[in-house]
Amino acid sequence: MDPTKAVQAAQASAEASGTDSLIMLFTVFMLAVFVGYYVVWNVTSALHSPLMSVTNAISSVIIVGALIAAGPVEVHFSKVMGFIAVVLVSINIFGGFVVSQRMLQMFRKKS
Amino acid sequence: MSADLTGLAYLTAAICFILALRGLSSPVTARRGNFVGIAGMVIAVAATLANPHVLSYSWIVAGILLGGSIGTIIALKIQMTALPQLVAAFHSLVGLAAVFVATAALFAPDAYGIGSVGKIGTASLVEMSIGTAIGAITFTGSIVAFGKLQGLVSGAPLVFNGQHLLNATLGLVAAALLVWFAMTESYVAYWAIVAVTLVLGFLIILPIGGADMPVVVSMLNSYSGWAACGIGFTLGNTLLIITGALVGSSGAILSYIMCKGMNRSFFNVILGGFGTDEGEVAAGPTDRTVRKGSAEDAGFIMQNASKVIIVPGYGMAVAQAQHALREMGDVLKTAGVTVAYAIHPVAGRMPGHMNVLLAEANVPYDEVFELEEINHEFSTADVVYVIGANDVTNPAAKTDLTSPIYGMPVLDVEKAKTVLFVKRSMASGYAGVDNELFFRDNTMMLFGDAKKMTEEILHSLN
Repeated sequence: MDPTKAVQAAQASAEASGTDSLIMLFTVFMLAVFVGYYVVWNVTSALHSPLMSVTNAISSVIIVGALIAAGPVEVHFSKVMGFIAVVLVSINIFGGFVVSQRMLQMFRKKS
Repeated sequence: MSADLTGLAYLTAAICFILALRGLSSPVTARRGNFVGIAGMVIAVAATLANPHVLSYSWIVAGILLGGSIGTIIALKIQMTALPQLVAAFHSLVGLAAVFVATAALFAPDAYGIGSVGKIGTASLVEMSIGTAIGAITFTGSIVAFGKLQGLVSGAPLVFNGQHLLNATLGLVAAALLVWFAMTESYVAYWAIVAVTLVLGFLIILPIGGADMPVVVSMLNSYSGWAACGIGFTLGNTLLIITGALVGSSGAILSYIMCKGMNRSFFNVILGGFGTDEGEVAAGPTDRTVRKGSAEDAGFIMQNASKVIIVPGYGMAVAQAQHALREMGDVLKTAGVTVAYAIHPVAGRMPGHMNVLLAEANVPYDEVFELEEINHEFSTADVVYVIGANDVTNPAAKTDLTSPIYGMPVLDVEKAKTVLFVKRSMASGYAGVDNELFFRDNTMMLFGDAKKMTEEILHSLN
């Protein structure tokens, strides 16, 4: 089989397996829920406030989607949407990590 | 950058986020964990900037600089007592960003590889609308929570007839619109989903009272995670899915812990209507007498104690009394008194609120204990100093079957030799019930502002 045909066949089978990729995403999702469950139960209750601000900061990883929307050269509606989203989540990322660090700095043992 | 490399970078970022949360299992490892989280974010952003669809950087750099400086300035300036409303405000931004990203994906699907305008797959449309809906609910819900925590709107629950019916109807309308949108990719349907869920977010949080905000803030934390997940499914992005799932389960666990701390079901909290606004005087037997004391009395009793347990609550945060409290604790410790702090899970307006305030005032974290750790020690304590807490100390929760707070885990402060209870007036707590404790023989009421009273006691100790 010549290489271009092989590539086309691979692409076709990848497209046909659209449902499979949804299952893959769902698999990742469920495993992550379990990881989250066990990791979070291990968080000491004294640090529940920093936990909220850290999770807040990392949920702003949605910036990944915003960057792609804000990335094209030509200006259109999606780029504007993406730009606003980049500003919003940047507030969150920087604000979330900085305020978490401020809080965590304060937790000290008996000197 | 090839798709494989991007995928690996995203996986690395996801692992960094898991480690960041893992670090929070102890204050010793938490700071390092936070830096690992930051590293994960940097990796995720760098990998995305190398995406072939990202060609122009000027808007992106401007956006990050603008948002980053706003966020940093706010985070550096914010008072620790205002932390709950800050977190609520941050949640609203994640929700709104999710709506914007979903909208961008709808209008430029080719950039995300999910089809072209008018030909987006049904699965993607469903995921997109779910992501938008959760994002919109998170946005307006968090705004209401922010307003209640900041005191811009009354903390009292806002209830009206047919409220739940209205919410349920709006939920059904949103579901119907979702089906319409998934079948037609109609923009009208999309904007209608956004509008309906924005309204729904407001209505869901309005009936929930101020002191139930720890549950609400945790729940919105969870929602912001699920919104990120929804967007992750739309874009087929595993990093977003993993992170969203971590955040979603984290918020859900916190909500569960808070509900358990009040012995109420999640639905009982969410359906709302519980609690009064602070400062309301409860109707009931006001002719009962209480023993009043002065700061000097309190100082004298504490000086002669060998063990003092301090029980802080939201009132301490409101009065900003944590620093004076720590100084009082220091003086007592120098005098040879053992000092410990007891924290109820729902003390304050967000999970862990009291711990942060005490840490801010330089109270070492190994002097601060959770309810289960310290509850058996009250019987051996000479003095309990209750400052700004109320319902969480009410012994009626253990004995009075008719009390609205019956069954709620409470701190057994009445077992101590003397209970010193700082309070501004005889007003009831959030649950609107009288506290049995006030009328006990071993209770001495110290009427006054929490900070002023603590400073006066400090003065009398010196």
